[in-house]
Amino acid sequence: MSANTVVNPEFAARSTEQVACAHCSLPVPAGLIEPGAAAQFCCHGCRTVYEVIHSSGLDRYYALRPADSSGVAPARTTGRSYAEFDDSAFREMHCQAQPGGVYSIELFLEGVHCAACVWLVEKLPLIAPGVVSARLELRRSLLRLTWDPGGGALSTAARALDSLGYSPHPARDVAKRTIRRREDARLLVRIGVAGAIAGNVMLLGFALYSGMFAVMEPQYQALFRVLSMVLTVVSLAWPGSMFFRGAWAAIRTRTAHLDLPIAIGLAAGGVAGVVNTLLGRGEIYFDSLAVLVFALLVGRWVQYRQQRWASDAVEMLYSLTPSAVRLIEGDAIREAPIEVVKRGDLVEVRGNETVPVDGDVVNGESSIDQSLLTGESRPTHVAGGDRVCAGTINISSPLRIRVTAAGEETRVGKLLRIVEECAARPAPMVRLADRMAGWFTAAVLALAAITVVVWMVIDPARAIDNATALLIVTCPCALGLTTPLAVTIAIGRAAKRGILIKGGDTLERLARPGRMILDKTGTLTQGRVSIVRWCGADWARPLVAAIESNSAHPVARAFVEAFRADADVSLKPGGAITTLGAGVAGRVGAREVCVGSAAWVRSRASREAQGIASHVDQFLSEGLAPVLVAVDGEIVAAAGVGDALRDDSRGALDWLRSRGWGVELLSGDHADVVKRVAGDLGIAEQDARGGRLPEQKLEYVRSAQSAGDAVMVGDGVNDAAALAAAHVGIAVHGGAEASLAAADVYLNRPGLTPIVELIQASRRTFAAIRRTLAISLGYNLTGAALAMTGILNPLIAAILMPVSSFTVLAMALGVRTFGGRR
Amino acid sequence: MSVLFVLLPAALLFAAGAVVAFIWAARTGQFDDLDTDALRPLWDDDARK
Repeated sequence: MSANTVVNPEFAARSTEQVACAHCSLPVPAGLIEPGAAAQFCCHGCRTVYEVIHSSGLDRYYALRPADSSGVAPARTTGRSYAEFDDSAFREMHCQAQPGGVYSIELFLEGVHCAACVWLVEKLPLIAPGVVSARLELRRSLLRLTWDPGGGALSTAARALDSLGYSPHPARDVAKRTIRRREDARLLVRIGVAGAIAGNVMLLGFALYSGMFAVMEPQYQALFRVLSMVLTVVSLAWPGSMFFRGAWAAIRTRTAHLDLPIAIGLAAGGVAGVVNTLLGRGEIYFDSLAVLVFALLVGRWVQYRQQRWASDAVEMLYSLTPSAVRLIEGDAIREAPIEVVKRGDLVEVRGNETVPVDGDVVNGESSIDQSLLTGESRPTHVAGGDRVCAGTINISSPLRIRVTAAGEETRVGKLLRIVEECAARPAPMVRLADRMAGWFTAAVLALAAITVVVWMVIDPARAIDNATALLIVTCPCALGLTTPLAVTIAIGRAAKRGILIKGGDTLERLARPGRMILDKTGTLTQGRVSIVRWCGADWARPLVAAIESNSAHPVARAFVEAFRADADVSLKPGGAITTLGAGVAGRVGAREVCVGSAAWVRSRASREAQGIASHVDQFLSEGLAPVLVAVDGEIVAAAGVGDALRDDSRGALDWLRSRGWGVELLSGDHADVVKRVAGDLGIAEQDARGGRLPEQKLEYVRSAQSAGDAVMVGDGVNDAAALAAAHVGIAVHGGAEASLAAADVYLNRPGLTPIVELIQASRRTFAAIRRTLAISLGYNLTGAALAMTGILNPLIAAILMPVSSFTVLAMALGVRTFGGRR
Repeated sequence: MSVLFVLLPAALLFAAGAVVAFIWAARTGQFDDLDTDALRPLWDDDARK
């Protein structure tokens, strides 16, 4: 009896010769090289795109392209008709009428990677009739297209984009983005005003400071002070009003917020400065106040911008989901926007497409992958009369479906509504900076009161001045900059590594260990069928690979992939007959080969090698589907088919446990499968829960929340509600769009290694923040001591405050967020 | 030195002009996309020929 072999499905044959594809410059597989042809292509997509570019006279694209081909992928064209783009419902939803009878639309493009892509896409008016202008934003792959319906249809432009390898998708939430853009512009205006004022007040300050050492005629001093006052009052009243509003909201809701100490400092400084200017005596701190407003606004802007970028990136992924269905009307099939589908309509879903509606299969027979919806890892066989749900994937052949529910009425739609409800009530979490702000305010106010009382005894004339100086110099500029800067830098660096983080709180939460609840299918496992175990004769592998090579069934593909290293091209299958739901049988060379389900193969074979039966039992107990291989009437091998673990799952979980995280499994798959996976990963049996419905997952995460902090990691629609409800929801690569919308973090790289990196980065970032906060508190204490003893004057304050801000900046930039030692 | 009473407000008026220009730029979306426009001058040469 041979030992169990674990097959590595990632093993791929490497081509020995390197010929570069004429379009994407990636190596052309050896089998596709055409001897004698001038241009070689790695795939059909690249060939199509190359021909379109060539025939449109746009070859300059290849000259503009950067020399290094990093981030380049082979071109993908879908060949769709995009007929739904011309539908009136589509136009109403996604397009805006512009003056002059033209319309505009925002489209997300797939496959945009460099400046040459921008050049090519913006040449669209030359190749698509009716297109007035095309402006592509490289950073977000967002195309703003204006077209004249009189000149040509939008679908023509969409097809042209598709044929260039950039499949277009209508951008969602255009209205939301417009609002955000306006908010951004408003903040930018505030920064501009605050910056200009800060610069000018500083220049006036220079003159006043030199006046401290030389004699300055009183009328000039008065002029400088009055001008400083006017400018600073403008700065406090317009750009600075943000902080006063924030502080007022904090007072009203009785919560601690960083705006509160900031506003107290600004208000005290402003009022004292105005009084002193008008009376023509005492100190003014206008230069410090103006710079403070500017610096704090910059910190806020940096923070917003980075968060916006991450959520834009996630929204783009969200927009990539299909928005069209194939509607069957009589004998004709037309592509229509998903919103027009009604109950009772007939739609067609082809292989490898997502089922857009809930419905009953009328015609056709296929396998359905429900893993994103239910967490079940095995494909389900469906035929006429079976019910299919929106959000599942049709694996093999076309199905005709009678719609029973569409849109919000579908099971997935109902789940999404729960997700939205959960997302609208985010888990409460007090930020580190805000938590400190409460103590900070109390401490500063107490110190100010002490200063007033003590100086009333020593020299009543200086009591108010010294207390004001204290309030200004302790204004938490560094505190206000530290967290946003450090978090922003970490979020930016994470995005470069394919980890998209939507909010800054996420990092803070992940810096401390807690409970991590993981989904199984697609998260810990690969989420697709593969050959997990193989027992029996190794010489049968090439035969299996050959007989399965012509089938599109997921199990067949899993065999072909797993046995690629053993494949023998000289073996040609002859007369292979596939029996749906059972297996495949046929001749390979001179041998009769039969691969399929246990009962079916046993009914066709007369003998069985020793030990096969015990392997079958073992597979069943592990939750694997047994597949038997018979050659010439004898069963020679058994394969355990299931959902294999990702290569890095084990290592990642071990690392998490070593850092004090509690790891649990929560899956919708069968309990026995969950048990096997938990055993493989070293998760205790009581921490592995299977067979959970999406609602039960949500319930579980909620109860885990009440016991403490919980992080949920998942990929499917069935995890979405739980992701939204958890303190931190992490959606893994390849997940359903619903999980993207619900999660706080999206991993744009396969595997669990990014989670390890993310937690590592959070720990480092927050360690750095704490260090920086300690230093800025040190500065504040120094300032407070100087102010309380009456030594502080505006010049020392003007030097102390920027120095502390620069220290913070330098420390935030210096953190090694990623990489290095674990 | 009394010229300062004229020069300082004049200088501030200039600064105000710059601020107004900046506000116009921000409101009309000149800062919305900082990456793509930086590349545009590099290609326009052939389109004009």
